[in-house]
Amino acid sequence: MARSRFRSDRGLTLRMGGVGLGLGALYILFGAVLYSFTDLGVLALVIVLAFAWGQWYFSDTLALKSMKAQVVEPSQAPELHAMIDRLCLLADMPKPRVAIAVTDMPNPFATGRSPNHSAVCVTTGIMQRLDADELEGVLAHELSHVANRDVTVMTVASSIGLLAGFITRWGMYAGNIFGSRNNKNSGIVFLVVFLVSMLVYAVSFVLTRSLSRYRELSADRSGAYMTGRPSKLSSALVKISGEMARIPNEDLRDSQAMSAFFFAPAINRESIGAMFSTHPPLQQRLDQLAKVSAELSEQA
Amino acid sequence: MGFFDSLLGRTRPPQADLDVLFAVPQAVISLQTEGFVPTGSGSVCFRDAEGRADDVVMDDAEKLIASSPGSIVTRSDDRFGFHWITVTRADADVSGLVTDLHAVNSSLADAGFGSSLLCSTVSFTTPAGKPFGLVYLYKRGSFYPFAPDGGERRDNALELQVRGVIAQDVPVEPDLTKWLAIWGAPGLT
Repeated sequence: MARSRFRSDRGLTLRMGGVGLGLGALYILFGAVLYSFTDLGVLALVIVLAFAWGQWYFSDTLALKSMKAQVVEPSQAPELHAMIDRLCLLADMPKPRVAIAVTDMPNPFATGRSPNHSAVCVTTGIMQRLDADELEGVLAHELSHVANRDVTVMTVASSIGLLAGFITRWGMYAGNIFGSRNNKNSGIVFLVVFLVSMLVYAVSFVLTRSLSRYRELSADRSGAYMTGRPSKLSSALVKISGEMARIPNEDLRDSQAMSAFFFAPAINRESIGAMFSTHPPLQQRLDQLAKVSAELSEQA
Repeated sequence: MGFFDSLLGRTRPPQADLDVLFAVPQAVISLQTEGFVPTGSGSVCFRDAEGRADDVVMDDAEKLIASSPGSIVTRSDDRFGFHWITVTRADADVSGLVTDLHAVNSSLADAGFGSSLLCSTVSFTTPAGKPFGLVYLYKRGSFYPFAPDGGERRDNALELQVRGVIAQDVPVEPDLTKWLAIWGAPGLT
């Protein structure tokens, strides 16, 4: 009987589901507060959702533009295309557009609203640092992001956090909108909405970041199974040692505005760093890849 | 990929479709009427995973095929990190060849490496005396013609012409971007 060596990580799936549920609950709560206290919700919602939608819809074009990446044809980068062609056939997924950015930063990324409208970009920096097998491991990781629809998931996950951040920052300038249902208490209403927004923003920030870390682990896992060589991805990770830039759009913007709030003195710096990071710690990723490697080498 | 798979980041590697390969002899007959001659060799191409597990499977499959009379098995690697198992039958019997190839890919699939299977080829000689391959894509369950034309060029006109010839016999890959150029495939250089 045909079987698959691929094992999904139950714990990871559960954690991801938990975070997703948490975000959903938070957003519903926030929506309810906005709706019952103000009229601001509708305007802000429209602006922010339009913004998030635009970012999502044009994610591939925007990301490539911001990195000054050039889409390359098979004739311009035959080896890179050959590699991606094979990976796409192994994973049975549509081939994304392939782009190269001329920069020394070793940060490949994948972007796009759906597998059919996606792009994978590598930098000249990473092509110089990694050998062919390692580059392939990294490409498989990026293709897994495309297959998992990570841009869509992260856009949805962060969009209401974006709204909360928007109200926190700009709410006071639009103070007269608050309390339009009850002019007497506009000051209190403003304060309540401001504080709730701040709280929602803070919590959603932490949740979105942990979701992002889980998606990274998930992409590592499927990427490693795709190439069958988890150790090559490990060595690539060690080489670029956590310098991999995050996928654009996957995190909340303007985190500086809130950072003073986050750095509460009671929590130590290291755990703060782990909590806010978009990528899991290197050691955790290497451990997971070692496990995949062991699963692949199991003999009947 | 379902909605929840996306939400939870659970991609499952697609499994290979092995049985469509048995439609090859029918296509071979059609190709023979057009002057293509089967060389009696074919290959299975798969991703070489790290560790010894897949090599052990290969050794077993090789022994199994080598025990059937008239079949020679060779193994090679290409520069893309894929492994090729080539079966050559002296009698150029295509049904026997397909059975041998199926033995290779089913032992890989049984050992859990079905998702590593990339493609399988059956090689021919064109009427002009050039190599020609009928390529089976495991994940797509479809075939496409591959006609290398010296160096790293391919004879697209011939490939498109063959598409019409075999369309009745085997499922032909409709998406032309999936017609992978398998440079350096054994028996096709």
